[in-house]
Amino acid sequence: MEVILEHLTKAFPSRDKKNPTEVIAVNDFDFTIPDGKLIGLLGPSGCGKSTTLNLICGLLAPTSGRIIFGDSDVTNLPPEARGVGLVFQNYALYPHLTVRQNILFPLQNLRGEDKLTKEEMNAKAEEAARLVQIDMLMDRKPKELSGGQQQRVAIARALVKRPQVLLLDEPLSNLDARLRLQTREEIKRIQTETGITTIFVTHDQEEAMSISDLIVVMKDGILQQIGRPQEVYDEPVNMFVAKFLGTPQINMFDGRVSGGLLYLGDTPVLKTEAPDSDVHVGIRPEGFVLADGSAGDGCEPLVCDLKAVEVSGRDVSIVSTHPACQAANIRAIMGSDRNMMVTGPSVSFRLRPDKVYLFDKETEKRIQ
Amino acid sequence: MDYIRIERNTKIKKGVAGTVRMILLALWAVIVLFPFYWMILTSLKGYGAYNSEYIPKLYVTSPTFENYRDAFSAVPLGRYFLNTAIFTVITTAVMLVVITLAAFAFARLEFKGRNFVFVIFLSLMMIPTELVVITNFVTITNWNMRNSFPGLILPSITSVFYIYLLKENFEQVPDTLYYAAKVDGTSDFKYLCKVLIPISKPTIVTVTILKVIECWNSYVWPRLITDDQAYFLVSNGIQEIRENGFGRENIPAMMAAVVVISAPLIVIFLIFRKQIMAGVLRGGTKG
Amino acid sequence: MSNVDDKSAQRRARLTEYRCWLYLLPAILFLGVFMVYPLVDVFVYSFEEGYNFASQSFFGTGLYNYSYVLHDPYFLQAVKNTFIIVIITVPMSTLIALGISLLLSQITKLRSMFQTIYFLPYVTNTLAVGLVFMILFKKTAYTDGMINLLINAFGGSSIDFIDGPYWAKMTVMCIYTVWVVMPFKILILTSALSSVNPDYYSAARVDGTRPWRIFYRITLPMISPMIFYLVITGFIGAFKAYSDEVALFGVDLNAAGMNTIVGYVYDMLYGDSGGYPSFASAAAIILFMIVLTITVINLMISDADD
Repeated sequence: MEVILEHLTKAFPSRDKKNPTEVIAVNDFDFTIPDGKLIGLLGPSGCGKSTTLNLICGLLAPTSGRIIFGDSDVTNLPPEARGVGLVFQNYALYPHLTVRQNILFPLQNLRGEDKLTKEEMNAKAEEAARLVQIDMLMDRKPKELSGGQQQRVAIARALVKRPQVLLLDEPLSNLDARLRLQTREEIKRIQTETGITTIFVTHDQEEAMSISDLIVVMKDGILQQIGRPQEVYDEPVNMFVAKFLGTPQINMFDGRVSGGLLYLGDTPVLKTEAPDSDVHVGIRPEGFVLADGSAGDGCEPLVCDLKAVEVSGRDVSIVSTHPACQAANIRAIMGSDRNMMVTGPSVSFRLRPDKVYLFDKETEKRIQ
Repeated sequence: MDYIRIERNTKIKKGVAGTVRMILLALWAVIVLFPFYWMILTSLKGYGAYNSEYIPKLYVTSPTFENYRDAFSAVPLGRYFLNTAIFTVITTAVMLVVITLAAFAFARLEFKGRNFVFVIFLSLMMIPTELVVITNFVTITNWNMRNSFPGLILPSITSVFYIYLLKENFEQVPDTLYYAAKVDGTSDFKYLCKVLIPISKPTIVTVTILKVIECWNSYVWPRLITDDQAYFLVSNGIQEIRENGFGRENIPAMMAAVVVISAPLIVIFLIFRKQIMAGVLRGGTKG
Repeated sequence: MSNVDDKSAQRRARLTEYRCWLYLLPAILFLGVFMVYPLVDVFVYSFEEGYNFASQSFFGTGLYNYSYVLHDPYFLQAVKNTFIIVIITVPMSTLIALGISLLLSQITKLRSMFQTIYFLPYVTNTLAVGLVFMILFKKTAYTDGMINLLINAFGGSSIDFIDGPYWAKMTVMCIYTVWVVMPFKILILTSALSSVNPDYYSAARVDGTRPWRIFYRITLPMISPMIFYLVITGFIGAFKAYSDEVALFGVDLNAAGMNTIVGYVYDMLYGDSGGYPSFASAAAIILFMIVLTITVINLMISDADD
């Protein structure tokens, strides 16, 4: 099921009585979520991603705009008429019901021609439980299950009615690090197997990148960028997106474009086609390459004061400082090489042009 | 699916449900408030006017405060009031001292047999007053304390529940504060007064208010132990007014007395609404 | 040297120990004299036959007091009245309170105003407001009273609720009792309802659960501990009914036929028919046993349900 948001806006009245301006949690969202994909709604906390989710499932009514599932406008429909499944951050499993009863619960609400017999219901519940691999825990109470198992029960309960859209609110935030890895693969598997359009909300960019077909980056209720994870990572449209995606974080510098060259401090480091101006420069940690001399094309290596070399085995982080850097440290990551020798007091880098982004000083938008 | 129909139905249902809810809630509010309205209303009606209304009017045309004067002059309502105030203040004050000391001992001090004594205290919470009132009546009579303030007050002081409540509160104060005070050479008693009591003020206020309500409304014990009007509390006073009245069936004057008696607690309630409700929620029960 | 130190340390420790007990002394004294001793004494009284209040003497021990009380028609009337009050008011007040709390939990506007109003009866003097109720329900030569006028308006005929037939008196009694106990129940249930995680309701809504089903499959199980608490305290409270009765029907409850067990105890102890602490003790102990039994049964039911 394709989900289309048309100029969707949600404003909340301000709680602060002295300052009664509205809080706009979702501001003019306008995008289409293609059928059968796994979409990550990504943004820092308070950016309006949970509000978006609640608008889609119908727990909240939008201030303006429309929500369309496939061909039908569901904007004013109550949640139960939309055919959505929702998994809550804290799972919201009914503590007094067993796993089986929890999964059966949505089915027992059906009435009229949709009403199922006991056998049909049981079969569906078993099927959903098998899908999330909890079919051996059916008669336990939620409090007897681990966090990961509770999560699966919640997903089974959301899936049992075969929703057209599955919504997950911070599905992994209550799990420990190891379970998180495991569960996110599990979510991907379930989504692939069922082919249900799935939207999940997270503040963890790594989580969103790793399993989403498409990520939607939000900030302060405003849609920043939508695209495939790699695309968004490689081609961020603005400074916020560039900084929000990627660990370690992108290194930000104050730079200057002059005569087709990008200067960091007084060093011309790269050729660029951008017009002359002061810019923010973002360099991904993997955008640094150890330099062994001048490149000879008018550019010079960036000489930084070496602070530390951190070895992780797989790769090496070089921590250094440079006056033009906006943060205290520059972090460069490169593949570990037995022959690589980095010794102080300074280290010289060449920059990979595809890993260097220029942003307008004022608007913070990317300069192509 | 017929989306438009579903949509419309949902809206109508919501509107109707909201209205019905408000009507029902308002109905109960009326049931609760009507007796209060009625007693104020009647207290403002003249004796003659009231008795001439075969169908009582729900409003008053020429309000009079004469009934309030009668209530204070024809029966010793002022006396009842003063008695209740004395009884309430002394009982509450003494109780506060007793329970604070006990709660402190249970919460902070360490001595042999503490837990044992505490368990006994807790089990006393289950004893209904009806069981012990009989002997207390005999005891106070034997001590010749009938128709006296000590007789009224002494048995009303005990309150295991409030000791328990306060002890729980004291225990939430971090140990480190106590040890810091000890290092500074602060005595236990000083620590109690200077640290624990100020920190636990909200609970102490709650306990105080609850006890004041309890004292103000107490009826059974004062009735048993006093038969001299000079020592009547308001509850007994109202009963006395009811039985013997103002020499005649003077309902407006009775209502004036009822208003006067109810007013202090209602005022206290409106001021300390949040604390009182929170306090009752934490385990207070009526009576 | 060290010996002296030891001794003084020991003495100091003992002193601290004494001081601790000093803090407890007032509480122990009060509880001992007015609670523990009476508790023992009431059992002693209840077995002392023919106890004379003036001379404080008795001429035998045994079960005569119990047998007297159990054969006293006033006591049996009081037991009957008490049971009727309990059986009618406890379920009724709990149900109404549940309904009101549910309605309250669904509104945001005016909610705190309603809560404040609903709590008012808790802080009022039952004797005082009882008097108002009496006058509202009473039929006199001058007027039939507010309630009767209301009944007339709906086509019924006037009844004297205060001095009239037994069922009429019982009706007022129950209405007043419910009015008095509602604030506490509404308070407890509203707070129980608001402590249910709203995610459960959201989840149920997404699943299209009908309101009634949300209520009995989700809300009710979640707040059932509080309901049981209210039922138990409600039973205990209703069994001890007394002041409300006095407020409506006056001190001489036996004459009005509206006495309760607690009323019987007090009447035996004091008042026109008083001066019999032994009978009073026996009646009090019987009451205590009834309450204990009912409470244990309640607890067993709630355990079995779990």
